[in-house]
Amino acid sequence: MSVTRKEFLRAAGVSLVVLAGGKSLLKGANGKRWGMVIDVPKCLAKPDCTKCMDACNAAHNIPHFTDPRREVKWIWKAKFEDAFGETEYAADAFRDKLLPVLCNHCAQPACVRVCPTQATWKREDGIVMMDWHRCIGCRYCMAACPYGSRSFNWSDPRPAIPALNSDYPTRTRGVVEKCTFCEERLAKNQLPLCVEVCPQKALTFGDLNDPNSEIRRKLREQFTIQRKPELGTKPGIYYIV
Amino acid sequence: MFMFEKAVVGSRRYWLWLAALAAVMALGFIAWFRQLTYGLGITGMSRDVSWGLYIAQFTFLVGVAASAVMVVLPYYLHNWKVFSKITILGEFLAISAVTMCMLFIFVDMGQPMRVLNVLLYPTLHSMMFWDMVSLSGYLFLNALISLVTLSAERKTVPPPKWIRPVIILSIPWAVSIHTVTAFLYAGLPGRPMWMTAVLAPRFLASAFAGGPSLLILLALAARKLMNFDVGREAIKKLSVIVTYAMVINVFLILMELFTGLYSGMPEHKFPIQYLFEGLSGHAPLVPWMWTSIILAVVSLVLLLTPRFRNNEKILPAACVVVFLSLWIDKGVCLIISGFVPSPLATITDYAPTLPEMTISLAIWALGALMVTVFYKIAISVRQTVGEVSH
Repeated sequence: MSVTRKEFLRAAGVSLVVLAGGKSLLKGANGKRWGMVIDVPKCLAKPDCTKCMDACNAAHNIPHFTDPRREVKWIWKAKFEDAFGETEYAADAFRDKLLPVLCNHCAQPACVRVCPTQATWKREDGIVMMDWHRCIGCRYCMAACPYGSRSFNWSDPRPAIPALNSDYPTRTRGVVEKCTFCEERLAKNQLPLCVEVCPQKALTFGDLNDPNSEIRRKLREQFTIQRKPELGTKPGIYYIV
Repeated sequence: MFMFEKAVVGSRRYWLWLAALAAVMALGFIAWFRQLTYGLGITGMSRDVSWGLYIAQFTFLVGVAASAVMVVLPYYLHNWKVFSKITILGEFLAISAVTMCMLFIFVDMGQPMRVLNVLLYPTLHSMMFWDMVSLSGYLFLNALISLVTLSAERKTVPPPKWIRPVIILSIPWAVSIHTVTAFLYAGLPGRPMWMTAVLAPRFLASAFAGGPSLLILLALAARKLMNFDVGREAIKKLSVIVTYAMVINVFLILMELFTGLYSGMPEHKFPIQYLFEGLSGHAPLVPWMWTSIILAVVSLVLLLTPRFRNNEKILPAACVVVFLSLWIDKGVCLIISGFVPSPLATITDYAPTLPEMTISLAIWALGALMVTVFYKIAISVRQTVGEVSH
């Protein structure tokens, strides 16, 4: 029996796909990579709106510390220029405008690379997760994150929680925390809370690996930017400007 | 046990010194207990400057620990007999410094009770895991070497043959601890200040200047207080090592300044500006940085002039100047300025709080106590052996 090179390659390719598929079935993964597109002009249309932050803070028992040095932040608003860097005149329209920033759920997360206990790790679906029970509080991830997306509990956060949500864990002092893309809601097939509550529908959440998803359609149709893409972290949050 | 009987006999001055150190340690323990119950919010660290005095002290002291190689290598590898008396002092200094390093990491943990998670979930891609491996390995090697060689000396027999490969291994190991410590910082995409390939060489150069200058001071103190002379020649050779290392260190700092300032790239330029002239009105480290620079220049003048370097009245002053200059550079400025500006372009100043300084001082006191006790043991053994053989 003789096999041409083309046939061999085709068979090899098919076997690889089957193998890879089998492997991912075993792991229960579905090849997703969650990401988000933030439509900045839509968000800016309601400059005083804080719905996404408020909903997130309340749902995730995020403590409210007034001292900026002790703040815990998952999603918050930052100046365009602070998030994207100095642009001189290019960003005249945006410079001081506030837009939402959160964990970028990078494909190559520096925080995961440096964590000495794997207390922060990358899930198969692209979410950068935190295990608050394993974290030793060394804050190496905070030094590593180029987006300032991580917060540390400098003291017991519980007394500073405005209204306790008993459906979600609280944290102890001495651990790092950050946005988890509402993995607790994704598990119930719900969208992240910030996406759901946004009155402007400025946030689009979806599977970056699915070419037919809403998020990929947006990325095809509109020009977007990412924060510090030159660092090679491959951030999963895109901004329409 | 480990010749500890030598440490419990001493003069009134010896005990007063130990008592003073113990008092500082007790204060530090109280402060640490408050930190343990309240959290790291008791320190001056913040969301933006998330490492401070503790990690900076750790970084500086890894250098002191690594510097033992500057006496071990010439003595064991090149058979430099002039270092026969000072080598054990270098090794005990290394043991004390590594212990201090580990304590500084420990007090910096938000959840110190979980620190063994690093061993429970060994993570090969984390430099902190490798730092733990290299530091504890270095502690073990030096403890073993000094115990074995000193015991042999007490029995006036040559040390066993098997210890030699262990000693040889400790030489590259010393280089590794400071290289890995530099890798903690030099591989972070978001921290341009530390993103430099000369960080590890610079750490080694400053270590080989700062550590041996401390060793010279300790050896001179041992001569004065404990009647133990390591020999003029040993001090002289060591001062040459300090000179070369300090010159290389200053050279490497100038390289950093050139690259950061001439390129004009904001993320490389800003931390340097923050250190040397202040950034947007924030200038808490400026006096420190300039003090360090002036001390470095003074030290070079003193060290590079043979007349000054070989004068045993001036040399201690030169060593103090070197040590202070490097302590400020590495133990204050380098770590803190790496966090300025923050990834979101915020400038947050950092100043250590009283509890934070008390805890740090207590760890230094513990190091001083370890050095005192170890030197007491080593020198007593030597002096007893000397009396018997005469």
